[in-house]
Formats: sequence, C-alpha cells, structure tokens
Amino acid sequence: MHEFSVALGIVKIAEKETIKANKTKVDLIELEIGSLSGIEINALNYAWDIAVKDTVLEYSEKKITPLDAKATCIDCEHEFILENIYDICPICESYKKEIIKGKELIVKSLEVS
Amino acid sequence: MCGVCGCGTEKENVIIDSPQNHQHGHHHHHSHDHSHDHSNKLVLDLEKDILHQNNLDASKNRGYFEAKNIFTLNLVSSPGSGKTSILERTLTDLKDEIDFNVIEGDQQTFNDADRIDALNIPVIQVNTGKGCHLEGNMIYEAVKKLKPKDDSVLMIENVGNLVCPSMFDLGENKRVVIISITEGEDKPIKYPDMFHTADICIINKMDLLPYLNFDVQKLKDYALQVNHHLEFFEVSATTGEGMKDWYLWLKNELKK
Repeated sequence: MHEFSVALGIVKIAEKETIKANKTKVDLIELEIGSLSGIEINALNYAWDIAVKDTVLEYSEKKITPLDAKATCIDCEHEFILENIYDICPICESYKKEIIKGKELIVKSLEVS
Repeated sequence: MCGVCGCGTEKENVIIDSPQNHQHGHHHHHSHDHSHDHSNKLVLDLEKDILHQNNLDASKNRGYFEAKNIFTLNLVSSPGSGKTSILERTLTDLKDEIDFNVIEGDQQTFNDADRIDALNIPVIQVNTGKGCHLEGNMIYEAVKKLKPKDDSVLMIENVGNLVCPSMFDLGENKRVVIISITEGEDKPIKYPDMFHTADICIINKMDLLPYLNFDVQKLKDYALQVNHHLEFFEVSATTGEGMKDWYLWLKNELKK
C-alpha cells in the first residue's frame, strides 16, 4: 500500500500551510478519511511516525474522522451505506451504483503555533 | 516505508531515464530547520485534498497530452500478469500504423525498457526505488525526456501492484487493468479499488485455459460487481489470440 506516500503528502501540506501562517509547528491535525479512499488507517498510523519525523508535524496530535461511504443504486435510486465497493443494493440487489461519498482523503484543519 | 506491503516512496531514489543513458545512484539529503517560538495558536481550516498535489501534476500532464493529441493509457496489474508481453505484442503488431511511446515503471532494473527498446520504440524507464506506484510528477519528468510526437500513443506500464497505483492519477485517458487466468477469479473483489478505477479489463493467458480450473465468467461477474462499466478483452499475448479486439478498441478510441 501507499500510506507512506499519503503521509508524506500530508506533511507537505502541513509544512506549506504552517510557513504561510508564519508559525513553526502543528499542535493538532484533523484528517477525514473515507472508507473507500483506499487508505488503511492502521497502516497510516504505522507510517506516520516515520513520515513526520523532523517536520512541523513531529509532535502534533492527530485526529482522524473516518467517513462512511454512500452510493445511489442506478436501478432503483435507493441511497445506501456501503462497506465494500462491490456491495449490492439492499432493496433491489443490483450491483450497479454510483458512489457519492467515501473516497475523501482530506486535511480538515491544522492548529498551529 | 509503507505499513502494509513494506513499500515506500523515497523520492531521492527514483530514477527516470532512457535505457541508453541510465546511471545509478542519485542521492539528495533533506533537512528541516525548526525554531521553537511558542506564539499564539491559530486554527487553519483547510479542507484540503491530500492527493491534491498528485491530481495537480496529473492535470498538468493531461493538458499537455490533450494539446498534442497524445492518447495515453495507464496499464495496471499484479506482477506477472503479462503487461510487458501484451505491450510487446501490441507494439510489434501496430507500430506501422501508430506512433507509440512507452514509459516503464518498475522498482528496479531497466529490463522492461530494454525489451521495448529492442522494438525501436521510444521508451523511458522509471525506477521507483522502494516506491510501489508511479505518480503524476514522475510521468511529467519522464515525458520531458521522452518528447512524444503529436498524434501518438503513450503507453504507461505501471509498477506491478494491484493496490497502490489505483489512487494515483497520472493524467491518462484510460486505465487498463490486466489480469491473467493463472490468478484467482476473485481478484476483483479482493483488490476492488483497481478494478473500480479501470475503464477496460484485459484477461490474459487465455491459451492456458484448457490446463487450468478457471471460470472466466465468474471473474467477469466479480469485476462487474465492482465496476459495471468494465469492458473485457480475452487475449493471449503469447499466441495472439483475441488481440485484434483490443486493437480495434484502441483504434476506435483514437478516432474519438
């Protein structure tokens, strides 16, 4: 997987924004991660300590909010929560669906000082 | 290093070069200065996409490809599904009709680029080092070296990995997932992200079907559960069986 790359991407964003705000470190970072984003939160946590070493995020608290995935069934238009991409519509059992939520991978906010 | 598969993206070890020019060992060291000024706290509401930089790089590539009318495919699969063999066969069969360019992605070696170079097709190898996938900026750098002609086709062979490359847009027109029938039929639901983001699915090694206990329809059913838009091509890069349908698809896409 690719959680280390993603962690490095978060570090880049945090460094850029911290410098822009004329501050030197991040005290709290809030992330939102959709269940279909392709990110395993445990793997991200594992990669985190190595990725943030010697950066503005090194001593930051990290808060991750997992987001549920949602889809609309193309056949019956029912909106339902997905656990897996291949889940079928609970009403009409069609697998044709449009995913409307769950791929988010977002730095929501930074508390810098 | 990545927590699950042990890969990482150590950018300093990425090598992007033609088979003729490649050299080893690029090392850059990064350092970060820190002051410890404890001034007032500030909350920055960002709502920023973590993949923003890669998406930006991919858009830059896409704009360049559009301007030069270069049709770009991103070929993804597990290691050993036959991406390079399909490429070799396709390039050999169509190179008189279509101008091809190739970017090869592998963690190590110039072996694949050497195979393409032997067909006299312009090729750049990207060695990702410990990295498990290609990213938009690697394609940007590779394309600068490759200098593809207008109205050509660029084939990007991603690192053999059915997980990580799915998240990283390279600026391609279409994504092609390749699976061989020596793998399990349930791969599409075991690795759904890759099948979900692909436009077409090439099923390779069909010549081995008589010797295997493989249910092609079951594979297709699983893949359609993940992505009901997927179009399938059953081929054998070894015998050439089924390749003409895939060529027809490619030629039709070029007309669009």
